[in-house]
Amino acid sequence: MKVVVDMNKCQDHGQCVFAAPDVFQLDDNGRLAYVSDPDDALRDEVEEAADVCPLQAIRIEG
Amino acid sequence: MATQRIIVAGASMGGLRAAEQLRGAGWTGAITVIGDEPHMPYNRPPLSKDVLAGKAPFESLAFTPRPNVADVEWRLGTAVTAARLADRVVELDDGSEIPFDGLVIATGMRPRRLRCEGPAAGRHTVRTLGDAEALRAELTRPGARVVVIGAGFIGCEVAATAIGLGVRDVTVVDPLPLPMVGPLGGLLARSLLERHEERGVRFVLGTGVSGFRGEERVTGVVLSDGRVLPADVVVESVGSVANTEWLDGNGLDLADGVLTDGRLRVGGLPYVVAVGDVARFPNARYDGVPRRVEHWSIPGDTAKHAAKALVSHLTGAEADLTLFAPLPTFWSDQHEFRLQSFGSPGLGLADVRVLDGDPDGDVLVGYHCDSRLVGVVALGGHAAATGAARYRAQLLKQPALTA
Repeated sequence: MKVVVDMNKCQDHGQCVFAAPDVFQLDDNGRLAYVSDPDDALRDEVEEAADVCPLQAIRIEG
Repeated sequence: MATQRIIVAGASMGGLRAAEQLRGAGWTGAITVIGDEPHMPYNRPPLSKDVLAGKAPFESLAFTPRPNVADVEWRLGTAVTAARLADRVVELDDGSEIPFDGLVIATGMRPRRLRCEGPAAGRHTVRTLGDAEALRAELTRPGARVVVIGAGFIGCEVAATAIGLGVRDVTVVDPLPLPMVGPLGGLLARSLLERHEERGVRFVLGTGVSGFRGEERVTGVVLSDGRVLPADVVVESVGSVANTEWLDGNGLDLADGVLTDGRLRVGGLPYVVAVGDVARFPNARYDGVPRRVEHWSIPGDTAKHAAKALVSHLTGAEADLTLFAPLPTFWSDQHEFRLQSFGSPGLGLADVRVLDGDPDGDVLVGYHCDSRLVGVVALGGHAAATGAARYRAQLLKQPALTA
């Protein structure tokens, strides 16, 4: 599974961090950082994170 | 035996999320989603902001459905006009009837309109893509005088977007003394008012609207106190009405949306559930009083819970059916600042405390009920919004309020 975040769309709402904290984090400046190739066991969480993004900036491939 | 079918009435975000969650909960039968708009489900928050500003084409708004709904049947441009729940049948506007085994009510809301006589041309609401595009075309006419009726979320966002587009003459009218004072309370509402005024939005507060001037199209708004505001474009953002007429005659409580139990089930019928802002549900996190919630996250939250309850009933599968207890969250972007809320500030308006910052700049405010934190709202820049998120875990840990 590959995760792609459109950083031009991302506005750091942080909803993905609540849904999938192992994959998405806000750094010390409040900006999004994420794991682009998370373990497939985290798929449910990542799908949830993609759903709750207000900007719909998260795409899952594979 | 014929294929079993779940019908999802409503093809907006709630309808899409319901279909995805039905599959996620293990439903392998047919799913038909019926919606009266011609579009696949799309994201509405940009309508009053980026769409109005001309910065968001439809492709950027459409949701990307999960792969698990590839075989779902979409009947778009078609309204559900009636339902006979006991017979498990819905009727469509083309005269056809579809039988169902399970039904998801996801028909949402429509804008409330003012009951005033006057011309229709020049008067707008913002709920659908079509609405936003029609309003944009008029806002961008040179010299347009814009009157926004209602200083809630949509009204404040539209006013800010209009200023951003270069509209010189923007006035917001509301019978309440401050913008968004209902959900936010006086402290933040006053700060919001000042921020809007500094950027050129005018407010006429403490007075309602009694009518419109104009023959062919609107030329003015008549206020309750007799004053007349000249206007070329009027935006009515005065709340919304639940789309439930099609459910009449089934003995349901439709007083304000569709009343559900704590598992989103409707009318004591385990094969009917409601999702999204049309659902009036009790939140086990708070006082148990059923309320509709028009926040962006609610379609997804309700769909997940409702789908589990419905699929478990229809298939007999075991499911973890806890009571629905979402943590509400909303945000609003106006001018260059953001409002970010977690919890239910509306339940703590009597005890509002500044947690961090200053109402003139970035500020973080806490709302309390019986000295317990029930909501936080940030207003200002990015840092304030991030600060609000820090309180989310604390809000989630609070024990339930009792009625």
